[in-house]
Amino acid sequence: MKLPDAGTPQVLDCRGQRCPLPVIALAKRLPDVAVGTVLRVLADDPAADNDIRAWCRMRGHEFVGTPAPHTYDIRRTH
Amino acid sequence: MSSSAYFDAAAATPLHPAARQAMAAALDDGWADPGKLYSQARRARQLLDAARGAVAEVLGVREDEVSFTGNGTTAAHAAVRGGMAGRRHAGDVLVHSAIEHSAVLHAGARHTPVSVPVDRSGRLDPDAWHAAVRAPQVALAALISASHEVGTRQPVGEAAAACAQAGVPLYVDAAQSLGRALVPAGWSVLSGSARKWGGPPGVGVLVVRKGTAWQSPYPTAADGERGNEGSPGLPAVVAAAAALRAAAAEADREAARLSPLVERIRATVAATVPDVEVVGDPVDRLPHLVTFSCLYVDGEALLHALDRRGFAVSSGSSCTSATLRPSHVLEAMGVLSHGNVRVSLHRETTAEQVDQFLAELPDVVAQLRAEVGVAGP
Repeated sequence: MKLPDAGTPQVLDCRGQRCPLPVIALAKRLPDVAVGTVLRVLADDPAADNDIRAWCRMRGHEFVGTPAPHTYDIRRTH
Repeated sequence: MSSSAYFDAAAATPLHPAARQAMAAALDDGWADPGKLYSQARRARQLLDAARGAVAEVLGVREDEVSFTGNGTTAAHAAVRGGMAGRRHAGDVLVHSAIEHSAVLHAGARHTPVSVPVDRSGRLDPDAWHAAVRAPQVALAALISASHEVGTRQPVGEAAAACAQAGVPLYVDAAQSLGRALVPAGWSVLSGSARKWGGPPGVGVLVVRKGTAWQSPYPTAADGERGNEGSPGLPAVVAAAAALRAAAAEADREAARLSPLVERIRATVAATVPDVEVVGDPVDRLPHLVTFSCLYVDGEALLHALDRRGFAVSSGSSCTSATLRPSHVLEAMGVLSHGNVRVSLHRETTAEQVDQFLAELPDVVAQLRAEVGVAGP
């Protein structure tokens, strides 16, 4: 089994899911990644951008950015 | 639980008893065409003039500055379209806050809209507003008196001063404030909706101050009606005016009664529902409206679950809108848009209804979260 590169974040594909499903999936998945690492969420619901940012603020995790459309990087901070 | 806990006054308020009484009288005595010259017509004309006079008095304007439209949306459309047409020579830019009602945004989309941001509490950024209205080509500026979705009052006086300095007329959408809270002076055009102050549905009000460069988007009638696509029925106008006068007379008392209920909702929801965000300014807000968002909850499912328990509320969540887009107001504030609930109270709302809602809400939210396998933090 090949481990992902340090620079390649794990990916959670939520494309096609309506909000709040991407945020629910993110909340369930983030505890599985190590503190300090980035989880990449793919989501194309129109509310995803707003709600993923709001979730990070409410839960105290770091919203790293949107490197591409429908692509959101979140760093687990605790 | 009875189905009487209606908490969507911001959309439509139950008819005020004064409106019902006035409408019955106007149906008896105001059915004739007020433009004619016989005695039945004169009675109708007197009723219409009295209605206009009552609205003018409540709003502190001249009678000939007030006109009635088919509803609040048409009044908002006429305000924007007439304001843009009257200042065509200046340019085609409409400056507006990011949290205007969609009726204002839709009318503005025909022009060159410039959106001014709000902060996380939903309050206009005054510096950005000042810069935007001073830019070239601005024909009109539009600011909602207080947010219809989160209740935050807007700095209308400050915005009006900036507009006056720039020589740009200000249009205020006062739909959520009329009959409930005072609107600061300084605006040139104002609109409202009777069903939000306890009047009947199907009556909007448009006020254009004297000297405003406003040009009716409709063929001008000889009877002085402005911005009018056809007058609403006289009995409805008379009822709307009676309701506004009654609501304005009760406004302080109702604000003093409802404000603590809103405060109770804000505090109790935050304390009893985990992972909830109560949004809007906690202090400088409308007295009757409160909004919160519950993490991991589908807004439409939440509305249906509350409806089954007899509570009628509204939501700005995307899954509750035809477009599947989240509320532009919640987006502009950068707050959670899913699981969103707006509770808006009125003169028939009781403390018992609010307490019942607060007692049942935590279970409703917990059940919905359990269904999707998220039990909390």
